Amino acid sequence: MNSNDFRNQLLEAGVLVDAGSPGLYHRSADYESVVRALESYVREAGRDDNPQRLFFAPVINLETLMGSGYVGSFPNLIGTIDSFDGDMKKLGEFRERVDSGGEWFELMSHTDVALCSAACHSVYPMYKGATLPIEGLYFEVQANCFRHEPSMDPARLQSFRMHEFVYLGNPDGALEFRERWIAKGQQLLGDLGLVLDLVPANDPFFGRGAQIMAQGQLEKELKFEITATISSDTPGAISSGNYHEDHFGVTFSMSTHDGHVAHSACFAFGLDRITLALYYAHGFQLEEWPDEVRERLALGQSSHFIEPT
Amino acid sequence: MTDIDAAIRQVLEVHGRLGAVVASLKNDDDLYQKGLSSHACVNVMLAIEDAFEIEIPEAFLTRATFRTIDSIRETVESLGLTNGLG
Ligand SMILES: [Zn+2]
Repeated sequence: MNSNDFRNQLLEAGVLVDAGSPGLYHRSADYESVVRALESYVREAGRDDNPQRLFFAPVINLETLMGSGYVGSFPNLIGTIDSFDGDMKKLGEFRERVDSGGEWFELMSHTDVALCSAACHSVYPMYKGATLPIEGLYFEVQANCFRHEPSMDPARLQSFRMHEFVYLGNPDGALEFRERWIAKGQQLLGDLGLVLDLVPANDPFFGRGAQIMAQGQLEKELKFEITATISSDTPGAISSGNYHEDHFGVTFSMSTHDGHVAHSACFAFGLDRITLALYYAHGFQLEEWPDEVRERLALGQSSHFIEPT
Repeated sequence: MTDIDAAIRQVLEVHGRLGAVVASLKNDDDLYQKGLSSHACVNVMLAIEDAFEIEIPEAFLTRATFRTIDSIRETVESLGLTNGLG
């Protein structure tokens, strides 16, 4: 199947509803029940570390976005937020332009908030200047994230949920955490009947020097992706394990208990991509998914999504 | 040491974020092993272009080009600068 056929079938089956822009969809209650089932499923697997659990808003502080490094590296993917902040005189001109179909965007001002770039990016600023405990810090976080990459391929959403497990501490701890989660992630996702691959990966850096950044990431094996077929026969990433080295430690002046710069790692489950991969693998009717998969996700026990009456 | 080498070292000193290491670097030392990060490498690339008034073609904008002082010099020379700085 190609991604266009899969998209059409998702829309026809009512799993997704076109929200007017490429890569933007409303989701059915069935789809949402899978997302929430996945959330419980991976949470169960993360209990051992007793992580601090936080759900982030879809909008983040500008300093958080700057600290992520995304502004310089992926300016084409981020989203900042504008609003009107003018006086009465400017308001008159603004309304005139809105009414006449003019260029009202020019009269908007930047705000100090932006769309969330990745779930884990909100963790690090909370510990700005902190000295971390000897055992490190563990988090389980989720956020609605934004990527400006309009596409008709449903695997490439502009707005999607990321569920991440994050470690903050020393280099050995970060690498051990990532290895452990890559193994755990493969187990969890494989158990859902998905055919997986684990591949070294790089982020889609932008502009001159992009190749240097990407090659650096690959050579130092900073990023691994777990791939599966999501919307076509060509596999894409449904999860990733990342070692950030001291990037966030330097940016937010975090140090280990013995005075070194803190290192960090994260493992991200792409909840929407995994959900789509499950639909791709098992079909559009949840009742027809393999019993094993339904059991593991506790689907049909109606605990995840209460429909309004 | 050639003028080109000296200029490259100057760039590494300012943009490489390598600390005190630059003075003791050998021309064939692996700069990445000496702590040159990817972000710093991109800054070095831009500063090399400024220092020699060249534009390095896309095909040379790789990690290999900036791995050693020797490899940076070879790239600069291959772009037509053989007599050091004017
Ligand atoms: Zn992350």
